[in-house]
Amino acid sequence: MISLTIDGVAVEVAEGASLLDACRAVAREQPTLCHAENLTPANACRVCVVELEGSRALVPACSREAEDGMVVATDSERVRHSRRMVLEFLASSTDLSLAGVDAWLEDYAADPGRYGPPAEASARDGRRPGHHPVPDGMRAETVAQDVKVDNDLYVRDYSRCILCYKCVDACGVDAQNTFAITVAGRGFDATISTEFAVALTASACVYCGNCIGVCPTGALMFRSEHELRAAGLWDEDAQSVTRTVCSYCGVGCNLELHVQENRIVKVTSPMDDDITSGHLCIKGRFGYDYVQELGDLATTPIDEVLAGVRGEGGTAAR
Amino acid sequence: MWGSNARAAHPIFFHHVLRGIHNGARMYCVDPRRSESAQWADVWLGIDVGTDIALANAAGRVIIDAGLVNAEFIDRATVGFDAYAAAVEPYTLERAEEITGVPGAVIEELAIAYATAPTAQLCWTLGITEHHNATDNVLALINLALLTGHVGRYGSGLVPVRGQNNVQGGGDMGALPNKLPGFQDVEDDDARGKFEAEWGFTIPGKAGKHLTAMFDAMEAGELRALYVIGENPAQSEADAGRARRLLGDLDFLVVQDLFLTKTAETADVVLPAAADWCEAEGTVTSSERRVQRVRKALEPPGEARTDLSVIAALAAEMGHNWGPVTAQEAWDELRRLSPMHAGMSYARLEELGGIQWPCYDETHPGEKFLHSRLWLDPPEGRPAPFSAVQHAPPVDALDDEYPLRLTTGRYLDSFNTGVQSGGYESPLRIGGTIDLGPADATALGVAEGETVRVVSRRGAVEVPVRIDPGLRPGLVFMSLHFPDEADVNRLTIEAWDPQSGTAEFKATAVRIEKVG
Repeated sequence: MISLTIDGVAVEVAEGASLLDACRAVAREQPTLCHAENLTPANACRVCVVELEGSRALVPACSREAEDGMVVATDSERVRHSRRMVLEFLASSTDLSLAGVDAWLEDYAADPGRYGPPAEASARDGRRPGHHPVPDGMRAETVAQDVKVDNDLYVRDYSRCILCYKCVDACGVDAQNTFAITVAGRGFDATISTEFAVALTASACVYCGNCIGVCPTGALMFRSEHELRAAGLWDEDAQSVTRTVCSYCGVGCNLELHVQENRIVKVTSPMDDDITSGHLCIKGRFGYDYVQELGDLATTPIDEVLAGVRGEGGTAAR
Repeated sequence: MWGSNARAAHPIFFHHVLRGIHNGARMYCVDPRRSESAQWADVWLGIDVGTDIALANAAGRVIIDAGLVNAEFIDRATVGFDAYAAAVEPYTLERAEEITGVPGAVIEELAIAYATAPTAQLCWTLGITEHHNATDNVLALINLALLTGHVGRYGSGLVPVRGQNNVQGGGDMGALPNKLPGFQDVEDDDARGKFEAEWGFTIPGKAGKHLTAMFDAMEAGELRALYVIGENPAQSEADAGRARRLLGDLDFLVVQDLFLTKTAETADVVLPAAADWCEAEGTVTSSERRVQRVRKALEPPGEARTDLSVIAALAAEMGHNWGPVTAQEAWDELRRLSPMHAGMSYARLEELGGIQWPCYDETHPGEKFLHSRLWLDPPEGRPAPFSAVQHAPPVDALDDEYPLRLTTGRYLDSFNTGVQSGGYESPLRIGGTIDLGPADATALGVAEGETVRVVSRRGAVEVPVRIDPGLRPGLVFMSLHFPDEADVNRLTIEAWDPQSGTAEFKATAVRIEKVG
């Protein structure tokens, strides 16, 4: 076992545990966006940084391995200042409205608005370093851009993307090993991209949806959820989540069916399922339409679909 | 991986394989196609369809000749080694190369790598079992595991990867012609007596017929009524033309299904069923014998009812009123009758997130792997037998008239006859095609997308061409997912394995004709 102190509290953790694990062991949950149980830490978002005695720089709790005798502070002035800056940079440049960070913004007194009004949306694919106008400094630079809808299953809204690498890692060696997406470009021009920024349908993507499963900000979203949200019909409070087993092959992947109005609106897999580690394939993730008679969301208006569910007429029978 | 394209057919299982590969495990892939799985292999053995026994026997001979057998394990835990060694003696590398099309040196490399690995698994699926000699194919693989001791210990084993979410559970529950639940033999008076006492009912003490034999009995006029639950034989049976004729000739056909399948369309009575994985409570059993709970998330549509409720209602009509039966009550009855399930209460399944059988009592954690008894000192139970098996080529032979070997399989985004997977919009869906290698396409003068006629000794279909560079010359491929547009089972042969009843879906002789 490894012994260390977190905010003055002594804690013992197993060899190989991270500082984040140690914080959780003493019930001091840390904010993080890029960390997930089922992925190798990318330590990209920098929200979870903590102060480690003897270390020149702050260290990311998610990836720094705990060592004997470490003295860690998670709420020092230096940590709070850094987290405030990071949250301001992220929130002023990206749309974090679905990232669940409001409490953190408040807690760290982050004020994204002080960087000026947000710059307008622009095309951001294929930008080259130095090949774009120098900003005038009066507005907050943003990654705002059009939503990418190029297939029946996924929507990609990179206005919400914080480049946390989770999707890249889930598509890569951490789970799917398809390598359809990666980070392209440098600095503020960096984007998550398919090869040559082609449409998803022309890429290597196999639509496992594992990138969506790990996305912390809603930048990647199931099309069904995106359209229900756009129609103002997405209602998580009205959704039940039921754990069951996939109906396809014999591997026994556990599914969580998110059901609203007797309709499956999203399928996820629990991280604690040691078969899936939270990852699925296209059939488990999307192949449930055969138990819904509600028509294709892409062609049937949402309100008509849900009117049917509610028994208000329309095309649906159930 | 032997006769398995798990990357497409069992994607999440393959995630675990990939983790092993990233950790330094070596993977050998035996498959006629250079499949998505084979692309991850250290070595791909592009075998000719239906020659697996020759390859396995030659590998066995190499292991014996090189002195790499696990003599201690063979001695303590197996029987029949001498007969096996004699049977594989004729399978020299030269002969195996001639039969299988795989270079002898590569067979030798596979054999030595397998025998010398500290732990090794042999995984297979329908590429092994959808043959007229399916059982012999499996036995040939088991022989290799017995030869090397790669069975019954952690990290080593024999892994048939199951293709459906409860095909294992179906067998475990006695949906086999010769077994009661828990693999208890229906012809064993003691086993049967236990069930009769619980059920208060006399059970016929004679094994029934498996699916293929049932179709033969229909042909012979001995079987005149059929009750089909959740199966679409009008499209899934080999030689589908014959299957449809026989289904049509029945006096009475009942189909219980989620959909009005092609089979249901011909039925006298259709019983609408709920989808058990999301509209009912119960359990399913996965490929690794893990019993897990399925739970109700949706109300079933219209008059659809759970399978359990339909069966209970039928029983009531037949004079056996069980009252309202819950899935848990049915399960608890099973636990009383099937020792290997006895310890799996719903509470424990919930708590542990599933249990792998056998699980004999409520303190038993279940078993991660089987056959550890072979390593006990002294070994428990009867020794594991080697089986001397011989190569037998596919029944549907190639000749000048039918020169191409058609094999079948799954695509990543689809499932079986497409009844379930056809319902969602998949960007990957390519529909029904005949897949050819580039060399054959050139030789035939056909281009991608061109409609051709594929002709076997039993039927013909017209489908568009798709070029797949993973196919070697002489080998063509069709998926089974799109029977409405590419009715592959019009072509396949009903030759079946006498022991398992499985038809030879994997080996059909065809020719391809240009249309118009």
